[in-house]
Amino acid sequence: MLDRAAAETAKDIATRRVRFRGAGFVPASSRFGGWIALALVIAIWQAAGSAGLVNPLFLPAPSAIARAIYQLAASGALWQHLSASLLRIGVGWLLGTAAGVAVGFAIGLSRLARSVGITFISALFPIPKIALLPLLILWLGIGEEPKIATIALGVFFSTAISVYSGVDAVPRNLIRMAQSFNVPFATIVRKVVWPGALPAILAGFRITASVALLLVVSAEMIGAQYGIGAFVLQAGNLMQTDQLLAGVVILSVFGLMVGRVINWLETRLLHWR
Amino acid sequence: MDLIANHITHRFGELAVLDDISFTVSAGEVVAIVGPSGCGKSTLLSILGGLLLPTSRAPELRGSPPADSLNPLTFVFQDFALLPWATVEQNVEFPLLHTQLSAVQRRAQVDDALRRTGLTDFRKAYPKQLSGGMRQRVGISRALAVRPAILLMDEPLSALDSQTRELLMEDFVRLLADGGMGAVYVTHNLEEAARLADRIVVLSRRPGRIREVVTVPMTRAQRGEIAAREKLLALQNQIWSLIRNEAIDAEREVQHA
Repeated sequence: MLDRAAAETAKDIATRRVRFRGAGFVPASSRFGGWIALALVIAIWQAAGSAGLVNPLFLPAPSAIARAIYQLAASGALWQHLSASLLRIGVGWLLGTAAGVAVGFAIGLSRLARSVGITFISALFPIPKIALLPLLILWLGIGEEPKIATIALGVFFSTAISVYSGVDAVPRNLIRMAQSFNVPFATIVRKVVWPGALPAILAGFRITASVALLLVVSAEMIGAQYGIGAFVLQAGNLMQTDQLLAGVVILSVFGLMVGRVINWLETRLLHWR
Repeated sequence: MDLIANHITHRFGELAVLDDISFTVSAGEVVAIVGPSGCGKSTLLSILGGLLLPTSRAPELRGSPPADSLNPLTFVFQDFALLPWATVEQNVEFPLLHTQLSAVQRRAQVDDALRRTGLTDFRKAYPKQLSGGMRQRVGISRALAVRPAILLMDEPLSALDSQTRELLMEDFVRLLADGGMGAVYVTHNLEEAARLADRIVVLSRRPGRIREVVTVPMTRAQRGEIAAREKLLALQNQIWSLIRNEAIDAEREVQHA
């Protein structure tokens, strides 16, 4: 072998490098890339608005939206609308999550609950929950209850599904290990199933936070005096597009903040991954 | 305490897996179970340890375990079965949490188990930070923490590289040296069986039946000597000749499955 290599070198055959063919698809995101891109889009948007290339009625410039947000904040209206929405989201999300976690665990751990629960969830999950709002108003009256119930329902189904999927995904060998040490059922649930299902549960929280936001806006558009959804609808009706987009920006910022909170929770609770 | 398999039979639906398995693991004895792939070795171990209900005749225990034993039949798993969210010491403490032991007593048992497996310096590490061999040491440490009468080891070294296997084999020899703890050791590896076991139960191809029970004619301490190597090799060849043809058939069956 060595002789052959030496002979080839002696023949002065040109060498060439082995071409790098890739190391798998590993898309690495830049830390500031997203923010730079966002700033660029806003700058172009602002420039187009300032140059009169875009009719402000259809698309107000970012500076006009910022001004609208400032005026909303200064007048106190922002807090009035935001607090109404936050209350509905908070209570609805907590109720839906609590029920979803309980039912999800029951389905994940009990044969009876699984047989009954999955059928009901499969049948009811696809229904757009906002379609139930008129029925909920009939049942619960005109007030906060039907809006909160709509959010809770939307959150409940997604949570229940993510929780029982998470419980199903807990490696069975860990449960068998615990059983082999005669660990009681409740301790297995607390020390093995809960932490094992937590990644899926937190991923579910990310989805249900968006669902709650979507439903609160929809519910407020149908029947509310205060709330970001009601504000956006009112601004749209009055053709106040800067106010309308101010509401949209506030919703976006709220969504970002919720995402940050969930990221923080994941970092704290899933550091072992 | 003795562990008795008394005419154990098991089927998965129509598939007969184990047929009329009978043997006894006496106190302090190490019994290896070998056989072709798919002969039901791991299934038998699960049945012996109470993790699987056999179709007929559950295993039995005779006599009392040592007074300090918190879990007389304790598994060491092939895939380690460590809680990834728990540190080494939390994993070792896990089976003690529901016992009557106080926090101080638990701590003492964890410290002792970690010391016996050389893990004291790694007590705060998470499983993902450890090599395969170290992870299995955590599994062994966790098993030792409950002071078992009989260890049920399901191919505990098969997921490890050969050097780590050799090191852990030395650990097993040391841990089982005083005869205070018995073991059932399921393995594909005839060398492991010959080095560790007092008796080797050879199973036939599925449905697994006991084909032969081979007694290893020397103490574990003697097996470490150079003079014993030839005898051990001859023993391995004897067992291999018993299962070779069936192992080939089993492999073909797996390939065509």
